[in-house]
Amino acid sequence: MRAQVFVRLKPGVLDVQGKAIERGLAENDFSAITNIRVGKLIEFDVAATNADKAHQIVESVCQKLLANTIIENYEIKLG
Amino acid sequence: MKISVVVFPGSNCDHDVLHAYGLLGQEVQSIWHRENDLKKPDIVVLPGGFSHGDYLRTGALAKLSPVMPAIREFAERGGPVIGICNGFQILCETGLLPGVLLQNYRMKFLSQFVHFKVENTKTPWTKTLKKGQVITAPIAHGEGNYFTDPETLARLEGEGQVVFRYCSAAGIVDHSSSSSNPNGSMNSIAGICNSRGNVVGLMPHPERAIEKIVGWVGADSGRAMFESSVAA
Repeated sequence: MRAQVFVRLKPGVLDVQGKAIERGLAENDFSAITNIRVGKLIEFDVAATNADKAHQIVESVCQKLLANTIIENYEIKLG
Repeated sequence: MKISVVVFPGSNCDHDVLHAYGLLGQEVQSIWHRENDLKKPDIVVLPGGFSHGDYLRTGALAKLSPVMPAIREFAERGGPVIGICNGFQILCETGLLPGVLLQNYRMKFLSQFVHFKVENTKTPWTKTLKKGQVITAPIAHGEGNYFTDPETLARLEGEGQVVFRYCSAAGIVDHSSSSSNPNGSMNSIAGICNSRGNVVGLMPHPERAIEKIVGWVGADSGRAMFESSVAA
């Protein structure tokens, strides 16, 4: 089963990459674009007999490694 | 004393730490991250560098290294552990220290000298230092901006777990000043310890400030930290 994990900085946590992109765009006539937040998309295959089992595995790998929950939220998509 | 310096793929300050403790006449040994035995150390050091290429997040992949359970066990028994720069990031990722090191607030990788003052004199690396003593040492990091939630920050401050704070040469702390707090750390935090005080992490590199021969003012001001950790 294919899994997608979206890792995003929590609201309010400083995102310097987002700020840098925003500044660059504003200087290049894209000032219509604001509030940029940069996250990560991590995709992988999970070997599991059903979607619940797969979700459990992905959830635990998010907690253990893929996200630092002090500063990041994650969202899991399976299928 | 026997000092174990843990080497991850991408560590690059391990030899500086081996040299620092070697200068003080201590027995030093490198421990490769795939080993699961720390070889009976009195002190464990997680050195600076870019472990596992800083992939995913700084220090994140190092927490999966085979050596980590032994480090955790040593720390939980009260053994002295210090993480310097990337070592500090690793200790935060493993949860041995609270918080996280975010990217520097002005986006730049910072390679420069900083001043930081001693706030807690109960850890192994500060027990012979004076409160308020200013140490001058280099920083070299892209992610040194200390961040944690407000409750943890209040606890760190309340329990005296802030060990080092960035300051000016005169020892003045100014959180909003990019010269004295260059990476934007909360409360100018340069280093912290766990509640027991045996696990310490800091972003500056005292191991690069141990000999006058390098020539800058205060060039050996980091040496006192290493001396403290091996003092009776």
